[in-house]
Amino acid sequence: MIRSKQIWQALKGIVFLLSTTPFVFLAVDTIQNNLGANPLETLHFRTGDWALRFLLITLALSPIKIIFGYTHQLRFRRMMGLFAFFYASLHFFIYVVLEQSMSWRLIVAEVPKSPYIIVGLLTYLLLVPLAVTSTSAMMQRLGNKWKKLHRSIYGIGILAVIHFFWLVKADITEPLLYALVLAVLLAVRIFRKHLQRAGTKGWKRAWSTRIFWEKLTTHR
Amino acid sequence: MIIHTKQCIPQSEITDPVHFRNRRKIIKMLSAAGLAGTIGPFSSSASARFSTKFKHRFKGPFSIDENPTAYEYVTSYNNFYEFGTGKSDPANQSQNFKTEPWSLAVEGEVEKPGVYTLEDILAPHTLEDRVYRLRCVEAWSMVIPWVGFPLGDLIKRFKPTSRAKFVEFTTLYDPNRMPGQRSHVLDWPYVEGLRIDEAMHPLSLLAVGLYGNVLPNQNGAPIRLVVPWKYGYKSIKSIVKISFRETQPITSWNKSAPREYGFYSNVNPYVDHPRWSQKRERVVGASIFSPKRDTDLFNGYADDVGSLYAGMDLKKFF
Repeated sequence: MIRSKQIWQALKGIVFLLSTTPFVFLAVDTIQNNLGANPLETLHFRTGDWALRFLLITLALSPIKIIFGYTHQLRFRRMMGLFAFFYASLHFFIYVVLEQSMSWRLIVAEVPKSPYIIVGLLTYLLLVPLAVTSTSAMMQRLGNKWKKLHRSIYGIGILAVIHFFWLVKADITEPLLYALVLAVLLAVRIFRKHLQRAGTKGWKRAWSTRIFWEKLTTHR
Repeated sequence: MIIHTKQCIPQSEITDPVHFRNRRKIIKMLSAAGLAGTIGPFSSSASARFSTKFKHRFKGPFSIDENPTAYEYVTSYNNFYEFGTGKSDPANQSQNFKTEPWSLAVEGEVEKPGVYTLEDILAPHTLEDRVYRLRCVEAWSMVIPWVGFPLGDLIKRFKPTSRAKFVEFTTLYDPNRMPGQRSHVLDWPYVEGLRIDEAMHPLSLLAVGLYGNVLPNQNGAPIRLVVPWKYGYKSIKSIVKISFRETQPITSWNKSAPREYGFYSNVNPYVDHPRWSQKRERVVGASIFSPKRDTDLFNGYADDVGSLYAGMDLKKFF
């Protein structure tokens, strides 16, 4: 008989492997020289996109609980957060090592003139303490402070989207899409109480068709 | 002013391997169409690209002595919002764009206004090869072997009056043919402009081809401007109207974000874009490990065009 712990471990393994696929594709494209006319820009955009996507996935796990009452997805919160940090780290090192050729002189000359890079660097620097304190040992050691510290993720999400908005020339469709998703995810938290009342109980009840039907008919 | 007439052999004289491999097919196609020898340069089907090599060209002045960016990159990494805002959108979305027939309206302060067919426009000019660096405002650059003729030579034919202080160019507006125009990222049609002395400068080129061939649609077919000392967006594509005016034209990017894109838009490493540095540029086609290139004042043409802006505060007139 397979125990549930083993199922969870297998599931975590699958999610882990899935989360590394963008990195694998990126590495293969880099080795095969398949990144197009501006390979560095491609690396930059793709790592940035995935950092933001994983950040939003991380932020989406609690709202699922708030609205639908499911809790299983919360087990993946740490992994998703660390993948956001992983892709953000790639994004950061591509900037420092490749874009600026690791030259402090060039970084100092360019960064103050580029507000979107300032915001990007700030976003990354704020992610570091969250990654460092992501272990269970750190969670226990920090206790209440841990929760407070990790609430900064909401601000980090907002900064990441601003970073994206600020580098776009005219077509804001893409950053706007991310901003909308983020807005919804944050709104769910703000209206947590209302949603929980109408949600956890309400949704579960709604799934029961009999009650759903009764509700419909009594309203008529 | 010193006019450089360095006559280096442009890379464009070397047959593109794609065409070399297709040489038998090309000859077959040409003879089948009865076109061998009398090449009609303005066909728009994709396969016609190979059959439309401009034959009578000479090596024009001002070419830079650098290897051009690969044809593949020049034609797949484009900013041409009329066909979408992604870099690969123009190449993907412009394949069915028909550039025949094409005409240009000439208006405003000229003695010879009118609507001219593209054939009329081109007839008296001899095409030349010019290898220019294109510096995009997004801080990347590529080296392109253009085929074209000096804009000034064309302007003289229309006999501008003394009131013609500026030249305004307009791109085709046709959302059915240019799907990018269905979204409102810019106020269509695209408009660009030059001061008359900038337009008359021998560096200013009207291009009808690149790499010895007819201009691919994604690069602004059938006729586009190339002003090498200004950021790429000044070099307006698929031109349908040239208007001579007494007042400074309202240009598209300037209208869209006046704080970020000025009328002049001269390449200048000392005047940064409000959101990013213009000191250096990423060379398109270079390896991810090669450092960026230092951007040159007026994109390397300071000796040629510097005098046009004598006494002007380039920080104010960016």
